[in-house]
Amino acid sequence: MNARSLLQRWFGRGWLSLGYLFLYLPIVVLVVFSFNSSRQDMVWSGFSTQWYGALANDAEIINGFGLSLKIAVMSACSAVTLGSFAAFVLDRYKRFTGRMLFSGMASAPLVMPEVIIGLSLLLMLVAVQKMFGFPERGMFTIWIGHTLLGMAYAAVVVQSRLQEMSPALQEAAMDLGCKPHQVFFLVTLPNITQALASAWLLTFTLSLDDVVLSAFLSGPGSSTMPIVIFSRARLGLDPRVNAVATLTILVVSIGVIVSSLLMARAERRRMAQVAAAAKA
Amino acid sequence: MSALKRPSSLGRRFVIAVPFAWLALAFLAPFLIVLHLSFTDMDPAGGFGSLTTYVDGVLNIKVKLSNYLFLAQDELYVLTYLSSLKYAAITTVLCLVIGYPFAYFMARARPAIRPTLMMLVMLPFWTSFLLRIYAWKGILANQGILNHLLLSLGVIGEPLHMMNTSFSLVIGMVYAYLPFMILPLYANLVKMDLRYLEAASDLGATPLQAFWRVTVPLSKSGIIAGAMLVFIPAVGEYVIPELLGGPGTLMIGKVLWDEFFTNNDWPLASAVTVVVILLILVPMAVFNKYKAQQPAEGRA
Repeated sequence: MNARSLLQRWFGRGWLSLGYLFLYLPIVVLVVFSFNSSRQDMVWSGFSTQWYGALANDAEIINGFGLSLKIAVMSACSAVTLGSFAAFVLDRYKRFTGRMLFSGMASAPLVMPEVIIGLSLLLMLVAVQKMFGFPERGMFTIWIGHTLLGMAYAAVVVQSRLQEMSPALQEAAMDLGCKPHQVFFLVTLPNITQALASAWLLTFTLSLDDVVLSAFLSGPGSSTMPIVIFSRARLGLDPRVNAVATLTILVVSIGVIVSSLLMARAERRRMAQVAAAAKA
Repeated sequence: MSALKRPSSLGRRFVIAVPFAWLALAFLAPFLIVLHLSFTDMDPAGGFGSLTTYVDGVLNIKVKLSNYLFLAQDELYVLTYLSSLKYAAITTVLCLVIGYPFAYFMARARPAIRPTLMMLVMLPFWTSFLLRIYAWKGILANQGILNHLLLSLGVIGEPLHMMNTSFSLVIGMVYAYLPFMILPLYANLVKMDLRYLEAASDLGATPLQAFWRVTVPLSKSGIIAGAMLVFIPAVGEYVIPELLGGPGTLMIGKVLWDEFFTNNDWPLASAVTVVVILLILVPMAVFNKYKAQQPAEGRA
């Protein structure tokens, strides 16, 4: 190996290491300082788990977490359903009136600043409420907002899987006499379950994490956990927030690692089945 | 094939109508209401003014441009729009400068470790954005970790003031948006046919020349996707300027928030929103065109 390519290799490793350091530094800081005994922030003064204890008595955060969890489950389900519809439309129907508008609307929430989505949605919901006396701002309105945001992400994940899928599979099913809905339930759906699962997890965490949309759409008494954390973070540093962070990181890491292991296993099994089928 | 393209047209209509109706109601209609509201007066009773009044059998339509005139004449708003664009542009450039080599080295790593490298980029993205931004407060504060470190190393004599400046704002923005730059770039670079580089080298190009004249132009669509995924949301960012920015870092997302929640001026907040949408309309169109071409790469 000559000197130049060796240099290049080490430069590459260095760049990647620094990049990962940058990405993980704040996470490490949150975890380490959640065990700090002093309230005086960011000066290490000894190991303690007192902030976890304080968390257990923090009704605001616990209630917020319960609400966030409910909304996240609900909006992940609705977002994945609507997102799959959208992905299906974008993948299958190349020509229909308003396709441009449709694809624009389906992907815009990916990049549209959340303040704008939140404000617009809130103003509409207020107008609807004036006309019909419904809906009150609260869990329901936050759910609508998170569904809108999550749907765009779910559509991207599901659509990329639909694209990888060979059309021959569906054609074969149709040749064998399947009706379109049978093709969908017997062929397409089993093939995209993995994508649906990752889309569900993604929209679930998006909802659990969202602060801007929730702040616009929440009403009195419906503060989600991010809203509670955000209002404390604005005031300054709060070691209980570090404890929340550490717990979230723990749960998410376990969830992501377990689910990616499961998915890798499912993928291997699928490949093995395909290979076996090809041989037979 | 034709059977696949044309399933029962009733089913097809239903499949299109469900998400279309939802998007029209939850996404398009709100913007039309905002547009409408931006041309009205503030209703002293709180809530909505109306463009049309129906008095004595005469329909009156009154379009107020005063909100927009106010925005154009008030120096603070003009400066805030410019400063938001400036910070979004700085963030995009820095993300590209850091993210391009990062994605490049990821894509050229051994295939066996690529999925792990990829998961390591995604993992912070799965943990709370809010909490990760909050952590930077502790790192950059006057009594924070970075100052402690630099003081104890003797690099500086007294704590640097980093929090609530444009420095802390840019750090936070680059940090939050870097994965959005890396992922589409990686998706693009990993698919590149390396034989082009061999061909370039056979034709006498040095590795550096090959990089600038082959690799970079081939990854153009990845660069555009990444830049749009960073720039557009960065223009209207609220949480980062609120937590890490200061009095000197004007951002339109924050002004919009204050106008709405503190001043309760809904028509003016609507006008501010409409102007932000106009500012990001061209980048949005670019993004959408790119998405239509290569939807699988835009994986955010």
